[in-house]
Amino acid sequence: MSNVTYPANPQPTTPDVNTAIAPGDPRTVSRRWLLFKAGIALNGLVGVVLAVPIVRYLFAPWRKDASYDSWVSLGALDAFPVGETRLAYYKNPSRNSWDGETDNVACYVRRESTSRFKVFAINCAHLGCPVRWFPQSQLFMCPCHGGVYYADGSRASGPPERGLFTYDWKIVSGDLQIDAGQMPTLSNTARLVTISTRSGDSKCSG
Amino acid sequence: MQRMKQTTLNVYAWFERRLQLEGPVKDAALHQVPRQTASWWYVFGSAAFTLLFLQIFTGILLAMVYVPSAGEAWRSLNVLNHQIPLGWFLRGLHGWGSNFMVAIVLIHMAQVFLFGAYKFPRELTWIVGVFLLLMTLGMAFTGQVLRFDQDAYWGLGIGASIMSRVPWIGGGLVHLLLGGPIIAGATLSRFFALHVFVIPGTLLLFVFVHVWMVLKLGVNDWPMPGRVVRRETYMEEYHHLAHTDGIPFVPGAFWKDLIFSGAILAAVAVCAVVFGPFGPSGQPDPSIIQTVPKPDFFFLWIYTILSYLPPQMETPFLLIVPLLAIAILLALPLIAAEGEKSWYRRPVAVLLVSTLAVSWGVLTRLGTTTPWSPHMSAWSGDPLPVNRIHDATPLARQGAVVFQVKQCRNCHSVGGSGGERGPALDTVATRLTIDQLRFKVVTGGGNMPAYGKNLSPSEIEALVRFLETLHPANEPPAYDASRRAVEATQAAESAGEASRLAPHPGSTP
Ligand code: FES
Repeated sequence: MSNVTYPANPQPTTPDVNTAIAPGDPRTVSRRWLLFKAGIALNGLVGVVLAVPIVRYLFAPWRKDASYDSWVSLGALDAFPVGETRLAYYKNPSRNSWDGETDNVACYVRRESTSRFKVFAINCAHLGCPVRWFPQSQLFMCPCHGGVYYADGSRASGPPERGLFTYDWKIVSGDLQIDAGQMPTLSNTARLVTISTRSGDSKCSG
Repeated sequence: MQRMKQTTLNVYAWFERRLQLEGPVKDAALHQVPRQTASWWYVFGSAAFTLLFLQIFTGILLAMVYVPSAGEAWRSLNVLNHQIPLGWFLRGLHGWGSNFMVAIVLIHMAQVFLFGAYKFPRELTWIVGVFLLLMTLGMAFTGQVLRFDQDAYWGLGIGASIMSRVPWIGGGLVHLLLGGPIIAGATLSRFFALHVFVIPGTLLLFVFVHVWMVLKLGVNDWPMPGRVVRRETYMEEYHHLAHTDGIPFVPGAFWKDLIFSGAILAAVAVCAVVFGPFGPSGQPDPSIIQTVPKPDFFFLWIYTILSYLPPQMETPFLLIVPLLAIAILLALPLIAAEGEKSWYRRPVAVLLVSTLAVSWGVLTRLGTTTPWSPHMSAWSGDPLPVNRIHDATPLARQGAVVFQVKQCRNCHSVGGSGGERGPALDTVATRLTIDQLRFKVVTGGGNMPAYGKNLSPSEIEALVRFLETLHPANEPPAYDASRRAVEATQAAESAGEASRLAPHPGSTP
């Protein structure tokens, strides 16, 4: 409490009942200031104590990508004829009852041979618009800024910097499963790409 | 009558005794402002203020019906549009009010900039105003999200994709923006909180500070060439001006504010009645991919820029330019706090505003027509003009079929219909020889995919034969002189062959 200021000439007198309670008395004022500061300090302290859980709450969605992902089934293998690219749907693994239709996710499955697949995200690698597959010309076209991709997902033209995002896949007792769980973007697909390289499924320029 | 008047006065006095607002209100209303500031140029700020209150009022009314849940929001908007009496009108007012507010805030800003009103001592008013602009745009974007339809869904996807490009923390930021791994229930809930509590609360606080400073510092004097702002003398000069050649703010200047605000409110109402509410478009189901998402009007220019930027420039542009622009806006009054206010002496400022306005207009116009996007249904929806294939050879007609079926038409127009992503092909044969056409089809290049992998040799041959017919009647197709020479010798040779065989007309080869 060294910074409590007294007037230039404090009078070190013995307390006198008449003067001690006079308004404007330096000692009264300094005591009030002291309590005021104590009040601020108390609120600051409580504020800090409260801030920790609040920040934790606010940042709750900021989690590791892997904690959102899990294997989901796209259905039986027979649904995907060899040499064709088909639209497939799944329910996002982490969901709430109030998500409505938003947890329906689509992806493109290209069956390259009886045992080899490629599963592409619907989202354009540019800014995430839904690309459309044209089987006649074997191209994916994006309606937003005109990105185009070849059948194998590699970039053909337009603003995207890389090919379509791919999902890691595996076959479990006649079902095609993919490792999915979040909207594919440039920030989380690095992981997806590494995984797919391991499974011999590397078509990425990014 | 007399008694009623007396009672009213008594009631007023009863309240005034307790509220004691008369003094400050009179001070604010009657303070002297320079005569020339009572101008139609000075009405945009108050109009933005009025629109803010229209938005708050209509927003509250809408919130009485709207359900901020990803599963129900879209349905509740449709109920508002179709079942609640005049729900569509309220939605129209809120939607058009938002567009008008963004426009008026931008005009206000341009006017303040051109009139040098950000200079001393109004620097902080400008800086607070920059935040008000950002919050207004934030309200427009979050409002577009609350209209939870396909455009909102994919618009969020674009937002998330932009966020994801932030180095290192991009992934975390995407999760924060969306409230989870995908666009879903949590996303809408947090945008509701932003749109209804966080941003409007802050906005009101900043508006209060902004208006407070306008009242305390006085309305900016009309810029005169040669009347230079200096920190030491400005305050004195301003007060001198306001008191020697001034008028009380109310009613001298205020009547114009009132009339303009009223006119703007009427314009919003007329737009709401005539054009109706915005959307909602299709339901926000990401498995419906037959959609062409487009952002709201005021974000179309960004959409345009994103399609024209070279890919490697995009991330730096998206992440750096907005920050830079905000930094420049914030720094402007600190750097240029003194000097000339008049636009006659500030050609760069005038040039800047007009350039920005024109570019914004052009980019927005392009954004509404999106010449860079394939027309997704042109291949099956736009038939070739009959005269183009009327006299074509069977091979060329086969090529015309290839041209349609392989979606070439989605990017290339013929006869005025089709996509505009690639050049129109009406006269392509006059520009490219048949070899160049073949090369282009096979290898692509520029913004064209290489079709070599996707077409069989016979399809390619038919296609280029068709393309070769695309030239005006009075202009022959381009040809390669050396090819002509080769063809001529080949023709001569085969003619020689023929004449060598001629003496034996009866024999069969
Ligand atoms: S989002 Fe596909 S090209 Fe931009």
